[in-house]
Amino acid sequence: MQHPLSRRTYLDGVRAAAPIGVAAFAFGLSFGVLARSAGMGRVAPVVMSATTFAGSAQFAVASILGAGGGLVTAIVAAVLLNLRYGPIGLSAASAFEGPWWKRAVLAQLVVDESWAIAQRDEGRIDRHLLVGAGLLLLVCWTTGTAIGAFAGDLVADPESLGLDAAFPALFLTLLWTQVRERSRLLAALGGAAIALVLMPFTGPGVPIVAASLACLIGARRSS
Amino acid sequence: MSAVWISVVVVGLATVAIKAAGPLLLARHTPPPRAQAALEHLAPALLAALVVTQALGGDNGGFTVDARLAGLAAAAAALLLRAPLLLVITVAAVTAALVRLIA
Repeated sequence: MQHPLSRRTYLDGVRAAAPIGVAAFAFGLSFGVLARSAGMGRVAPVVMSATTFAGSAQFAVASILGAGGGLVTAIVAAVLLNLRYGPIGLSAASAFEGPWWKRAVLAQLVVDESWAIAQRDEGRIDRHLLVGAGLLLLVCWTTGTAIGAFAGDLVADPESLGLDAAFPALFLTLLWTQVRERSRLLAALGGAAIALVLMPFTGPGVPIVAASLACLIGARRSS
Repeated sequence: MSAVWISVVVVGLATVAIKAAGPLLLARHTPPPRAQAALEHLAPALLAALVVTQALGGDNGGFTVDARLAGLAAAAAALLLRAPLLLVITVAAVTAALVRLIA
């Protein structure tokens, strides 16, 4: 982010994601342990991490199934949590090129963290940073899940290490570089306000999707 | 198929479809300027919402104020001092861990 004009490589994406990869690995580990104790077995959690690749939705499925909450409830909760990838995918769309299948495959590497790390100025996404960061996070998350599901807990609870605080800090850092322009600051404040207002009333997932409406500030101001 | 595998397959397929939707939808044509301007404001709106939900979100919706908020405040202080990303994340995690250790 210090050299906005220089060309980024996949390796830059891997490097940029390394610190958050540690947190993803630790939470993968605890997802593997939780999923197994929730009766999901050993293989299913690993398959889920490699294909769904979305932490909060996977934790929701494991805890709902584990608590006997029912299949439909678990699926609805997970899909609601992942609906944010609709607007996030729209914002990342310009980073992809080539045939439809290539776009669809690379889009699977979009997670909150890889998308955040790949942010460039003016709302652009750097494809190399996105793919490098996404691949590293996928490996960390899936490896962590496998070790957790097959070998059990090897490290302390990630929350006692403060690793859950790493995620909002990551998003704040990338937001920080984005809000020098007034209209973008207004979009950020609007998004935060919508999320804060909705959080007590809706299930998790909905506030983030609704917050994307704050981007309309941009359409109004640029006209 | 067991409930576990049904959830893995259904959630997996739904997530793949949701993630692919945006890049496939915008593949064919460039959106008009106003829509493009709105798209460029999606990132700050979504990042801000992610900060709020990741710092304050509870397990079953609603708010939970815990050590994450102290970590976020420490991260903001580090950003004001122009710390790089790695340091900001480390400061947030260490602060939250210390608060949990003491509390």
